Amino acid sequence: MSRSLHAELVKLVRRPASWLLLAITLALALIFTYLFPYASIAGGTDGPNTDRTLPMLLPDHLVGNSLGGLPVFLGAIVLILGVLTVGGEYGWATWKTVLTQGPSRLEVYAGKLLALAAAALAVVLAVFAVGAVASVLIAVAESQPVHWPGLGDLLTGIGAGWLIATMWAMLGAVLAVALRAVALPVGLGLVWMLAVQNLLAAIAAPLLDWVAQAQKGLPGPNAGSLAAALGAPGDTPGVAATVGGGQAAVIVAAYLVAFAAVGGVLLRRRDIG
Amino acid sequence: MNLPVQTEGLTKRYGGLTAVQDLNLTVRAGEVYGFLGPNGAGKTTTLRMLLGLVRPTAGTVRLLGRPPGAGRLTGVGALIEGPAFYPYLSGRDNLRVLARYAGVGADRVALVLDLVDLTDRAGDRYAGYSLGMKQRLGVAGALLKDPRLLILDEPTNGLDPAGMADMRTLIRRLGAAGCTVLVSSHLLGEVEQICDRVGVISGGRLIAEGTVAELRGTAGLRVLADPLDEAVARTRALVGAERVRVVDGGLELALAPDRAAWLNTELVGAGLAVRELRPRERDLEQVFFDLIEKGTADVA
Repeated sequence: MSRSLHAELVKLVRRPASWLLLAITLALALIFTYLFPYASIAGGTDGPNTDRTLPMLLPDHLVGNSLGGLPVFLGAIVLILGVLTVGGEYGWATWKTVLTQGPSRLEVYAGKLLALAAAALAVVLAVFAVGAVASVLIAVAESQPVHWPGLGDLLTGIGAGWLIATMWAMLGAVLAVALRAVALPVGLGLVWMLAVQNLLAAIAAPLLDWVAQAQKGLPGPNAGSLAAALGAPGDTPGVAATVGGGQAAVIVAAYLVAFAAVGGVLLRRRDIG
Repeated sequence: MNLPVQTEGLTKRYGGLTAVQDLNLTVRAGEVYGFLGPNGAGKTTTLRMLLGLVRPTAGTVRLLGRPPGAGRLTGVGALIEGPAFYPYLSGRDNLRVLARYAGVGADRVALVLDLVDLTDRAGDRYAGYSLGMKQRLGVAGALLKDPRLLILDEPTNGLDPAGMADMRTLIRRLGAAGCTVLVSSHLLGEVEQICDRVGVISGGRLIAEGTVAELRGTAGLRVLADPLDEAVARTRALVGAERVRVVDGGLELALAPDRAAWLNTELVGAGLAVRELRPRERDLEQVFFDLIEKGTADVA
């Protein structure tokens, strides 16, 4: 297993697409969480984001601000990473190359999942780090005091961020295994995260009670609830306290395990083409 | 003693299509075994089943005496259906990644790159490799584990004539060093040059197995002598009419080549002008097509 993990980490780190996705993640987090709201505040304009006041951009809101993007748009990027990591083996037909070296399918798959979990942690830490720098710069520019969240809150936030990001990565992995490709899983994953989830929340749930109830069991709303429970701004897409934070954490963790397990079962049972 | 490759009743069906049917394949230790068949005959499916990439519908596989399960590919190297590597890594880094999976030291990477003559370009990205270089890297990957059993699927695909010759030399050298090699091909000349034994597969069935000489059948003699009519009559009298056929203005005899000197003496002694007398072997290509045709007819 450790051999497979090491091989997967090498592939992940050496792959240019991994760094591109990380760069896009950080740019999105910076621009939409800090740059645009600060530009609005600094320019004195009354944009649609009227909830974002200066105190919300300061370091003591680091946890919530860092988690806000993970339920939808940063999560979508992590999902793409999950698809690329597993689906790339189908796209390049490298499953046979790897498996004929001797490791079992589940060993390789477990190595991939662990590498994805490590990558998800790295992404979350990077988002927190970039957010910390941005909030300090804003505080200095606006002559505001710098107060950091407590260590416990910080660790809880990082843990929750990792849980959400890893769940999306596992969804990417299971889609790649199920569809044995890259493009289609990315497309379907993004359609689910960016379109279907929003349509359910914005249109279907207010109209139909059973959809509103069903939402409480879906991965996106639970990720949004977990982020909301830890202070993510309520005007961020996908962030809403649909269920309590504790329940959301349990359901997100359950999805993480379920996605990983289903992918493993499918990979083990099917022929490698 | 454990056979390197042994299958019993190996069968693979995809819905209504039977890709491999009741295949009993045996490869002996230290031999270079050629797995011959036309495209779509079931060669690659069989090799994939041997390696656990495809699950048999029925039948069993044992590699180096081991049944399917953990560790079954220890000591087994393989290149299946063309090389496949990570395009963003160099050839060397691709092999280093594979070495991690295989649990072999990085020193093997340099060694196998040297074996396939790819050391000079090992630092280049795989995406920039020519087809021949990719194929050689694939063989290098198959050799990483210093295998006792090497399974190569069409290893000379994409190689230029010099590369093909090098590959044949490498396979022969590995065979001579005691490595068992199972090599699939549809190139008869290639198989003829490097293989100790050959199995012919058609329509998913093993329709013939043996040495190349055995497959060719009994060798004979070809004779050109004047006048032809007298040569035919004299030869039929000497060896029996059923052993003599007139083909393209000459005689084809079902007679062991070591009887050539005796026959020459007899014909010349009878006043015939012998212009040519040489051993005649069945062309392997013809043998192959005959087998395939027969196999197809049997299945039908």
